[in-house]
Amino acid sequence: MNQGFDWGAVGEALPLLLDGFKITLLATVLGTLVAAVLGLVIAVAGRAPSRLVTVPVRVVMEFIRSTPLLVQLVGAAAVFSTVEPLYVGIVVLGIHYATYTSEVYRAGIDGVPKGQWEACRALSMSSRRTWQAVILPQAVRNVLPALGNYAISMFKETPFLAVITVQEMVFQARDYGTKHFEYTEAFTLAGLIFLVASYPTSLLMRKLEKRLGH
Amino acid sequence: MSDFFSAFMDDLPQLRSGLWVTLEATVLGALMALLLSFVLGLMSISRLLLSRGVSRVVVEFFRGTSLYVQLFWLYYAMPTLTGYDLSPLLCGVLAFGLNYGAYGAEVVRGAINSVPRAQYEATVALNMTPLHRMRKVILPQAWVQMIPSFTNLLIQLLKCTPLLWLISAADLMTAVEKLRSRTGETLTAYLTLLVCYFVMAYALTLLMNLLERSAKRRLGLETGGRSLLKSRSAVTAQTAGGAR
Repeated sequence: MNQGFDWGAVGEALPLLLDGFKITLLATVLGTLVAAVLGLVIAVAGRAPSRLVTVPVRVVMEFIRSTPLLVQLVGAAAVFSTVEPLYVGIVVLGIHYATYTSEVYRAGIDGVPKGQWEACRALSMSSRRTWQAVILPQAVRNVLPALGNYAISMFKETPFLAVITVQEMVFQARDYGTKHFEYTEAFTLAGLIFLVASYPTSLLMRKLEKRLGH
Repeated sequence: MSDFFSAFMDDLPQLRSGLWVTLEATVLGALMALLLSFVLGLMSISRLLLSRGVSRVVVEFFRGTSLYVQLFWLYYAMPTLTGYDLSPLLCGVLAFGLNYGAYGAEVVRGAINSVPRAQYEATVALNMTPLHRMRKVILPQAWVQMIPSFTNLLIQLLKCTPLLWLISAADLMTAVEKLRSRTGETLTAYLTLLVCYFVMAYALTLLMNLLERSAKRRLGLETGGRSLLKSRSAVTAQTAGGAR
């Protein structure tokens, strides 16, 4: 076992980690996309007039939100073992985060003044048109910063994908560590890459939030 | 299916000790996170630039580097670098405590800042010492604001404990994973595990709701019994300045 920090290993591990980083980014972007779309669907479904729709939606959402992502990932990967792990991972990440983003949308929809709904009814718009033309355009603009924050936190949870053998950054770090017995260098580097990528993004989100007046 | 549940009954002692490890990691990690959030949170509202700076750096560092990497760093990298070996459970408690402490610091800062300015001015007018003003006036009001966000963080922490499985601590997931590979009942095993976590999360939420009610009572705010059953809202932790 070596004592201290081996700088040579850093140069060796960096290209591998950056390779993995591409997959990390891909998973984050696609996962966020799934969460953004599915969250909106859940939020709209949660406002359905019938309790037959809203109650099951709430129960399933609460269940997914209260249970560990890691177990969901490992379970889904085992059940759908014939599907490419990366796709399983993206869908599970997306579904997990959709239960959070739906709350964001819900707050955004609640923020649309009541008069807007009444005006739509007075103009006898169909409910589809009310949502499409009036409510959603106003709601979605306000939720963008909050969605961005969830994208950042999803980015920090993509290492979970390593467990289901997706070859993202932490998978590469662990792989390198096992092969060369140099975990220190690999994991320190991985942590630094996370920091370098996520800190500027969260600063940017905060600025955006301030500009939209939150 | 019945195979799985008879194996489940056979493995009950291991499952119980796994559950114990999971709860231990959750509770100890949460206590450490609570302590750290107050230390870092109070530091971040201090008048000293140095103390604000230190708190900022620590918070951004632990929020920015991903819990997963921190846990693995503690488990794999630290022994090589320093020669100290930590037990898996201790690694978990440290990583959870540091990570969620950093998120909690933002909650503490946000809550203290949200106490009306006039309350603070009144304590100055009454010539209270800084310690007295914090303890008697500012913190009791801020505490009520913190609890919902802390509840969210606590559940997040509980949800991270299956990571212990990866660093070979014998937690609940490890025990169920063993059961699964022995019986081959993948779907049943993972669903059972999810239900276990759901029950724990719900129990913790109820406890925190009780705590919130008693904190509100002390401020003279009565809440009805129904509020105890309410579930967490997903947005509160965010508004306090942290992602998730």
